[in-house]
Amino acid sequence: MNEIAFQAKQINLKEKVFKKTLTLSAITVVVILLAIFFTLLINSMPSIKALGGKFFYDKTWDPVADEYGALPFLVGTLLTSFLALIISTPFSIAVAIFLGEYYKKGVVAEIFKNVIDLLAGIPSVIYGFWGLFVLVPIVRTIELKLNLPPYGVGIFTSSVILAIMILPFSVSLSRQVISMVPSHLKEAAYSLGATRFEVITKIIIPYTKSGLFAGLLLALGRALGETMAVTMLIGNTHQIPTGIFSPGNTMASVIANEFSEATGKIYTSSLIEMGLFLFVVVTIINILGKQVIKRFTL
Amino acid sequence: MQIEKQIAHRNKKNKIFKGVIIAGTVISTLPLLLILFYIFRQGITAINWQFFTNLPKPVGETGGGVSNAIVGSILILLVSCVIAIPVGIIIGIYLSEVAKSRLAYYCRLAVDVLQGIPSIVIGIIIYEWIVRPMGGFSAFSGSVALALMMLPSIIKSTEETLKLLPESLKEASLALGVPYYKTILKIIVPSGLSGIMTGVILSIARVIGETAPLLFTAFGNPFMSTDIFRPMSSLPLIIFNYATSPYSDWHQLAWGASMLLILMILILNIITKIVQRKWKVQF
Amino acid sequence: MNFKKMVFSLLAICITVTFISCGGNSNNNASDNSSAGNKNEILGAGATFPYPFYSKVFDVYNTEKGIKVNYQSIGSGGGIKQLQNKTVDFGASDAPMSDEELSKSPAPIVHIPSCLGAVIITYNLPDNPSLKFTPEVLADIFLGKIKKWNDAKIIAMNPGVKLPDLSISVVHRSDGSGTTYIFSDYLSKVNAEWNTKPGTGKSLDWPTGLGAKGNEGVSGLVKQTPGSIGYVELVYALQNKMPAAALQNKSGNFVEASLKSSSAAAAIDLPADMRVSLTNTAAPDGYPICSFTYLLVYKDQSYNNRTEASAKATMDLINYVIHEGQKYAQPLGYAPLPDAAVKKAEEILKSVTFNSKPLL
Repeated sequence: MNEIAFQAKQINLKEKVFKKTLTLSAITVVVILLAIFFTLLINSMPSIKALGGKFFYDKTWDPVADEYGALPFLVGTLLTSFLALIISTPFSIAVAIFLGEYYKKGVVAEIFKNVIDLLAGIPSVIYGFWGLFVLVPIVRTIELKLNLPPYGVGIFTSSVILAIMILPFSVSLSRQVISMVPSHLKEAAYSLGATRFEVITKIIIPYTKSGLFAGLLLALGRALGETMAVTMLIGNTHQIPTGIFSPGNTMASVIANEFSEATGKIYTSSLIEMGLFLFVVVTIINILGKQVIKRFTL
Repeated sequence: MQIEKQIAHRNKKNKIFKGVIIAGTVISTLPLLLILFYIFRQGITAINWQFFTNLPKPVGETGGGVSNAIVGSILILLVSCVIAIPVGIIIGIYLSEVAKSRLAYYCRLAVDVLQGIPSIVIGIIIYEWIVRPMGGFSAFSGSVALALMMLPSIIKSTEETLKLLPESLKEASLALGVPYYKTILKIIVPSGLSGIMTGVILSIARVIGETAPLLFTAFGNPFMSTDIFRPMSSLPLIIFNYATSPYSDWHQLAWGASMLLILMILILNIITKIVQRKWKVQF
Repeated sequence: MNFKKMVFSLLAICITVTFISCGGNSNNNASDNSSAGNKNEILGAGATFPYPFYSKVFDVYNTEKGIKVNYQSIGSGGGIKQLQNKTVDFGASDAPMSDEELSKSPAPIVHIPSCLGAVIITYNLPDNPSLKFTPEVLADIFLGKIKKWNDAKIIAMNPGVKLPDLSISVVHRSDGSGTTYIFSDYLSKVNAEWNTKPGTGKSLDWPTGLGAKGNEGVSGLVKQTPGSIGYVELVYALQNKMPAAALQNKSGNFVEASLKSSSAAAAIDLPADMRVSLTNTAAPDGYPICSFTYLLVYKDQSYNNRTEASAKATMDLINYVIHEGQKYAQPLGYAPLPDAAVKKAEEILKSVTFNSKPLL
C-alpha cells in the first residue's frame, strides 16, 4: 500500500514539474519578446530625448557634426521595399494562380513548388554576392545607355534583388488561399459557361482578395528588414536618393555598416532607434497580415 | 454570329491568360536557375583539397582555404540546436496542448512577432545582452542569436504536427493509467517525430546562411577555433567579407563557400522530404 | 492562475531590471572569460588601412611564436569602439583618438604607431593613364563640383592624356574609417570649403558618391566601376594593379606615393603621445597624404578580469610589430617606422602598466 502511495506521489511531483515547465517555457517566450522590445526602447532613449521627431525628417546624417537625421534611410527603405513589391507582385500572383489553380497537383506542380521553396532558402548574402557579379554589370550597361553614371549599385539593383527574395513569401500564402476557394463557387460559374480566365478574375481573385493582400503584407514585412543583400547592392550613401538609379541606404544596411563602430552615445542610440523603428513597423505589418489571414480563414 | 464571335473572343482571352500565367511563372523561376548555375560554375573551380583543409592566408597571398569557416559554421549551428531544439519543442507541446488560454494567445503572438524580427535587430539585441556583459565576442553569442531565429519555426511545426495527431491516441494512453507527462513524452512526441524533425531541419536550413546576426556576435576568426567562448569564423561571414573585397583570389573562395552553403541547404531540404515520406505515421 | 502570474511578473521584472542596468550603462564592468583573455590568443580589431601589413605580421608571429592573433578589419571607428567596450585586447586606428573620444573612454588609452602608410587616389579609366591632381581639383571632385572626367580643370593638369566624356563616380567609405579621417584631414587643410563641410572625421556626410565597406570595399568597387575614383591605402592599389595619382604637395611638387615620399613626410618633430597628423607635409619631396597607423591599448592593463599573462602577451606582440615586424612593411608598400618614431613608441610601451607595474 505504502509503495503504491509513494509511487503515486512521485508521479504527481513529476506531473507538476512537467506542467510547470511547459507553462514556464511559454512565459519565457513572451518575456523574451518583451525584453527585446524594452532593450531596444531603453537603448534608444538617449537619441529619442536628444533628437525627438527631428530624427525622422532631418535629411542629414552627419556623425562628425553629431547630427542624426534618418530621413535618407527612411526614404531608401520605403523606396526599395515598395519598388520590390511592385516588381514582384505580378509575378507572385501569376505563380500563385499557376500553382493554386492550373497545376495543383502532379509533376509540374511539384517542380515549381520546390523551385519556389528553394528561392526562399537561398541565404541573403549569396543573393547579394550574385547580385554584385551578375546584376550590377547588367545595370551598369543600362545606366551607360541611359547616360547616367555607371554605378551599377543603387536603389534599382537592390529592389530587383529584393523582389526575387520576397517572391516566395507572398506566393506561399497566396497559393494556399487560391487553392482553398470552395469548389462550388467555381463550379457554379463554369456551369454558367464561364471560361477559366473569367472564373479566375471574377470569382477567385475577388474571393481571395484579403488573402492575397495579406501575402503582400508579409512580403513587405520581409523586404523592410532585409539586410545583407541590400547592404551589398545599394551604394551606401547618406544622401536622399534622387532617382531609381541613384545610390541610397536603408535603415537595416546603415545599422549593419555602422553599428560596430558607432562611438558616442547619441550615435549608437540613433542606430538602435532605427532598429526599434524597424522592429515596430515589421511587427505591426506582420500582425496585420496574420489578422487578415485569420479573418479570411474563418 | 455575334454570340459565336463573343465566345471565340472570350476563349482567346482565356488561352492568352493561361499563356501569360505560365510565362510569368517560368520567368519567376529563372533567377533561381541563373543563380544556382552561376554559383556552381564559379564555385566548382574553387573547390579543391586546399579549399577544405587550408586556413585563410594573409591578405593578397594565394592558396588560402575556408576550413575554419566550415568548422565554425557547424559548431555555431550545433550549439544553436542544443539551445533551440529542446526549448522549441517544449513550447510547441504547450501550445498544442493548451489551445485556448490567455497565455497561449500571447505566446503565439510572441512567436509570430519573433519570426518577423529583422535579423540585424537580433544581432543588436544579442550584442547588448551577451557580448557586452561577457566582455567579448564569442561563437556562443552567435549561437544564441541563431537559436532565437530558429525558435519560431521549431515551435510552429511542433505545434502543428502534434495538433494533427488524433485525440484518441492521448485518451487511450491516459485511460490505461499512463501519467500525463509520460503520455506526452513517450507517446505523443514520438508519434509526431517526423513533423517535428522536419521543422527542426528546416529551421537549420534557414539559419545556416544567416550573416547579419553574426556580424557583431561571432565576429570572425582567421584561425581554426573550437572554443565557443571566443570569436569564430563562419561561412556566411567569409562570403560577405570576401565578396566585397578586390582580390579575385578571395572571390574564388567566396564562390566555393557559396556553393558549399547552397549544397548544404539543398541536402537539408532533401532530407526533409525523405523524413516526411518515410516517417509518416498513418492513422 | 496565480502561479503563472507570479512567475511571469517576477521573470519580467528581473529581466527588465537586468537590461536597464546593462543597457543604460556604457561602462559595463561585468566579468568573464573573453576580457580575461587567453595568453595564446589575442583579439584585435580596427583599421583596414594596415590590414595587409597586420595580417602578414600576425601570420608570421603565429608561425614563430605559436600565438594566434585574431584581427578583424572592421574600420578604425570599430576598433576604437570595441576597445572602449573592452571587447578586444587592442584596437587599431589610423585616426588618432580625439581629446573628446579619449575623455569618453573608461580609462586612458595610449597610441603606439605601427607603420607608415599613404592614402592614394585611385581611379578606373580606359588604359589607366597616370594622372596628376592639385588639391583644389581633388577637393572639387570629391565635393561633387567637377562631375566629368573631361572637365577643363582636369585636362589642364594632365595635358596629353586622353580623358573620356564619362561621369566621375566618387567612391568613399561607408564605415567609420581612419583612412577617411586621414584623407579628410588633408582636404580640410588645403580647401576652405571642405573644412566647413564635410570637415574632418571618420564618418562623413559625403556630398556625393557611393559608399563601400573597408579599404577592400572601396578598391573593389573602383576596380569594377568605370569612371570611378576613390581613396585607398597604397598597398590596395599595388596589390590590385590599380593606378595611383600623383598629388601636388605643399611645396608645389607633384609627388607619387612611395616609401621614400612617405618617410620624407614623417621627418618632423613627433610628440610624446604620437598623436600627430602628417598630412600636407612641408617636406619638399614628401607625399601629402601620409599617416601613421596606431595600435591602441589601455595604459593600465589590469581591467576586468584581465590576467597579467595576457596583458604581457599583448605587449609582446606590439613590441614585435614595432621591431621585428617592420621588415614586412616594405614588401607590402608600407614605410617602416622612422627611428625617431620607434624610440617614442618604445617610451609609450614602457609606460603601459599592469597593477602599477610596467610590463616591458
